[in-house]
Amino acid sequence: MPALCRDCLTQFDTGARCPDCHSPRVLTHPELFELSIAHMDCDAFYASVEKRDNPGIRNKPVIIGGGKRGVVATACYIARIKGVRSAMPMFKALKLCPEAVVIKPRMSAYVEASRAIRALMDELTPSIEPLSLDEAFLDLSGTEKLHGVPAAVSLAQLIKRMQDELGLSGSIGLSHNKFLAKVASDLDKPRGFSIIGAAETDDFLRDRPVSLIWGVGQVTKTALGKAGIRTFADLLRWERKDLNARFGSMGERLYFLARGQDRRRVSSHSPMKSISNETTFFDDTADPDVLDGHIWRLAEKVSDRAKARDLAGRVVTLKLKRSNHSLLTRRLSLHDPTQFADRIYRTARNLFDQVGNQGPYRLLGVGLSDLSPAEGADLTGDLLDAGAQKRTDAERATDEIRKKFGADAILKGRSLQ
Amino acid sequence: MKISIERSELLKAVGQAQSVVERRNTIPILANVLIEADGSNATFRATDLDIEVIDKAPVQVERAGATTVSAVTLHEIVRKLPDGALVTLTDDGASGRITVEAGRSNFSLATLPKEDFPVMASSEYETNFSIPAPILRRLFDKSKFAISTEETRYYLNGVYMHVAAGESGQMLRCVATDGHRLARIDAPLPEGADGMPGVIVPRKTVGELRKLLDDDDATIAVSVSETKIRFATPEITLTSKVIDGTFPDYTRVIPQGNTRKLEVDAAEFAQAVDRVATVSSERSRAVKLVLDEDRLVLSVNAPESGAAEEELGVAYSDEPLEIGFNAKYLLEIASQVDRENAVFLFNSSGDPTLMREGNDDSAIYVVMPMRV
Repeated sequence: MPALCRDCLTQFDTGARCPDCHSPRVLTHPELFELSIAHMDCDAFYASVEKRDNPGIRNKPVIIGGGKRGVVATACYIARIKGVRSAMPMFKALKLCPEAVVIKPRMSAYVEASRAIRALMDELTPSIEPLSLDEAFLDLSGTEKLHGVPAAVSLAQLIKRMQDELGLSGSIGLSHNKFLAKVASDLDKPRGFSIIGAAETDDFLRDRPVSLIWGVGQVTKTALGKAGIRTFADLLRWERKDLNARFGSMGERLYFLARGQDRRRVSSHSPMKSISNETTFFDDTADPDVLDGHIWRLAEKVSDRAKARDLAGRVVTLKLKRSNHSLLTRRLSLHDPTQFADRIYRTARNLFDQVGNQGPYRLLGVGLSDLSPAEGADLTGDLLDAGAQKRTDAERATDEIRKKFGADAILKGRSLQ
Repeated sequence: MKISIERSELLKAVGQAQSVVERRNTIPILANVLIEADGSNATFRATDLDIEVIDKAPVQVERAGATTVSAVTLHEIVRKLPDGALVTLTDDGASGRITVEAGRSNFSLATLPKEDFPVMASSEYETNFSIPAPILRRLFDKSKFAISTEETRYYLNGVYMHVAAGESGQMLRCVATDGHRLARIDAPLPEGADGMPGVIVPRKTVGELRKLLDDDDATIAVSVSETKIRFATPEITLTSKVIDGTFPDYTRVIPQGNTRKLEVDAAEFAQAVDRVATVSSERSRAVKLVLDEDRLVLSVNAPESGAAEEELGVAYSDEPLEIGFNAKYLLEIASQVDRENAVFLFNSSGDPTLMREGNDDSAIYVVMPMRV
């Protein structure tokens, strides 16, 4: 059976230890050198970056997250032993692990680390689909000739370089499609390298819960549960048309995923569908002035991201979460797409006024969707609103000033509320 | 109820009804058409609570009565029946079913009680007048393209019909705008229309109204109140709520001092715009117009997909000008021109441009330029 040493990258045939360096970190799998779709997931990414940059906290439990009301963004593996999980409210995390070092996210550091990893991946293949800062799909099909080694070796090398050159660890899932590659990367974290071969796919999936599928959250899980579907084996008993009838397009996906089939390609150009930002308040608030300030700041953030990507959107969404966690969402279609903070703000503000006073709220979000290339957006003036042209010009000028002197060089008074 | 009706008559009546009913609605009876038979006529009534259409058709009434049935299903059935068929609708009033028979085809459809059907409250109409169909058709056909779809400014989601004072006295005027372009269409004021309250006729009503206006010889009876408008032919009565809002003061946005005058063959112009716009992305095509002594160069430059340029011989004798427009807006406006020449009046590349047909002021269009 083909085998690979993860330390010295020697390829050999069967054995518990590497014949060259005698390392026990050996990969063996019948399809090891045939599979080429991979999912790379960094281990406790934010926390690892912090530990790398501050060796003093290396052996302490570290939680990345912010504020009294915040949630855990990432917890290092030491904190995870205590039961801390991502998305857990901070107060709960600190109850479980009071000695934890809490660090506010330093996004710029993570973005930089992510770029460095991306640069290493770029050397392997042009087919990279990033899912977030710390994970990506890679399609290494056909790269064996180019690199002179099978995909598995290239991936082992990638992980090794991430460790040696960047001081960051990651886990690899290697399989024959995206769904299984993602499942695999999660099997043996941290520093894992898991393989799901074509021959073992059915056996592997049979008794696993359907919640393994990316996109099956609590709601879908409950819906599936009502239909008696808990495991992949349950799913296999369903006809395609019945799944379709009951679960719509999700049913179609489930039918194929149940058989370990996933035809989605690793695409570096997966178009962005929406841009949204939200904020959870330190204290619940119903104060319209405070909320207005948040709407503006979020509209500006969304606008900045749209401008950075040269996108404009036609649908503006406002999301409000009340103190009792019930969610209010309102959306409005614009006549023509926009990327301007002023229009996003005005539309969101309009939606906010429509909602009326249903606060206090604990969270507010602003989103932009139905995105298209920004070419031509916001370039036609408004006959009925003479001020619109001035505001647009002002925003263009503001953007120019910020480009030169930094993001804080000029602010709207509204954003200080 | 038992009636027999010629298939094409039924198709027309039910067709009108099924286009008014909302496809998605939570009140089941709103999906239905109310059929009432009495004497030698049957009326087919449908509503979405904002619009009500009543279509009268000649039928053989064997037994008077009334019932309601799904407008869409009935329409689909009638549509699929052979031309010239005689259709018999029978409802015994007890079974909750209506049978539809034509030749050897036999259908049984569920009904809902006619008492549950919402009938639009009748209104006191302050103004009543008659207007030839072609005139009304022109007023709405030439303005409806500019209706806004944006919900924030709901008062722009229709055509503003009102009485306006012009140089030659009062006239009946329709205005629509979405903030990027505006259409203002005038017609002579029909007798009895003075004092009519200005109303915003919703987009959907404009669409439904269009079906009443195909017959050039028809005369439409129009009744207007502050809250409703009614259009009637001898067969069809269309009643609609109007949009409850204030239409903005559009007179301020119609440029008065635009002096740079371009005269161009409208069809040639529209075709050229259409051609050069092909190279750019769908949504936001910008067309640049460069004007010089009797020469117009249209160009589109899309960095990712390509570039196009076309030159047209025109009449222009003012200072050179460069101005950009959204291709779609330009096309829509140019295609409104029925006669040969379109006249554009420009000011600067940042100001609204005015377009009219020749020297005719009864149809004018304003369009905002685009930065290029």
